[in-house]
Amino acid sequence: MAFINLKKKEIQCKIVYYGPGRSGKTTNLEYIYERFREQIKGEMVTIKTEEDRTLFFDFLPIGLGKIQNFDVRIQLYTVPGQVMYNSTRRLVLKGVDGVVFVADSLVDRRKKNIVSLKNLHENLLSYQKNIFKIPLVLQFNKRDIGQNGIPILNEEIMNADLNAKLKAPYLLASARQGANVVNTLKSIIKLTVSAVEQNILQGDNRV
Amino acid sequence: MNYILNQDAIDQIEETLADELIAIGVHCVFLSDMAGNVVASVDNGTQQPDIYALAALSVANFGATNEIAKLIGERDFTLLFHKGDSESIHFSRVGERFLLCTIFGEGTSLGFVRLKIADLASKVQKFIEGEIIEAVESAM
Repeated sequence: MAFINLKKKEIQCKIVYYGPGRSGKTTNLEYIYERFREQIKGEMVTIKTEEDRTLFFDFLPIGLGKIQNFDVRIQLYTVPGQVMYNSTRRLVLKGVDGVVFVADSLVDRRKKNIVSLKNLHENLLSYQKNIFKIPLVLQFNKRDIGQNGIPILNEEIMNADLNAKLKAPYLLASARQGANVVNTLKSIIKLTVSAVEQNILQGDNRV
Repeated sequence: MNYILNQDAIDQIEETLADELIAIGVHCVFLSDMAGNVVASVDNGTQQPDIYALAALSVANFGATNEIAKLIGERDFTLLFHKGDSESIHFSRVGERFLLCTIFGEGTSLGFVRLKIADLASKVQKFIEGEIIEAVESAM
């Protein structure tokens, strides 16, 4: 849930990077942190296992500067993707305003992508949120691996699996190389801030 | 549900936190919602921790311990306390939607902090519920 602070003239929104285990959610945030290090005021917080897998979440706050005279602060989170951490994923999703679904382009991960998306849908429903209405961007990650001869799913298959009904914007990306990581972020920020603005304007006008 | 708080409301919350907690030696206190957004914050000027990261972690911590509570048959734990060598942190739920986090040192008694917060939490809750402007969730 976005919070509008009229004292500081600040809007705080929460965006969660979701997806199956090892799909590149943390890599996305790490790239963003390195790329915008000078502009990011806080530190990236990570809670992970010894094997470098996200255990609870990663957190990265980003200030976007002013939009319509309001400072916009985006809190980026990732969730642990492994199946057994569902209660943690649900906790992190609390109050979410926008979601990036990071899908793994590896052929072997096809089913995991579908299961994870279904899991996102269910967890959103537990907060009375609708996956068809929440700001959502799909990222088909690990496209660079295909250049090394490793079989990856093509765009059409991934869209058919994940986006046939959602019709959400999607990007082909390589989080490891940084390709389309920033564009994914820009896309979800635009959708999320726009949704929050619309939400406010439809309610009380005391902004 | 997105929501708005105006300047007067935040000023009043921060004034109350300063008068009741900073005045007794607390170093830093902030109020966050259960999504991890920082609603209000006050410190004593000597310590300015990263309250945005703290809020995210505090809410996650609180949420995780609530799951523990459920496993042992409790609805939830309304307060948590972590003791450090020189700094400690106390978390207290304020209504269903907010969390009050208080950081204090050895010079401030935990008992006194708990007493103050017990009184303060219901005042802040009542006040904030009266002042909050809920945005219409038409899109969701």
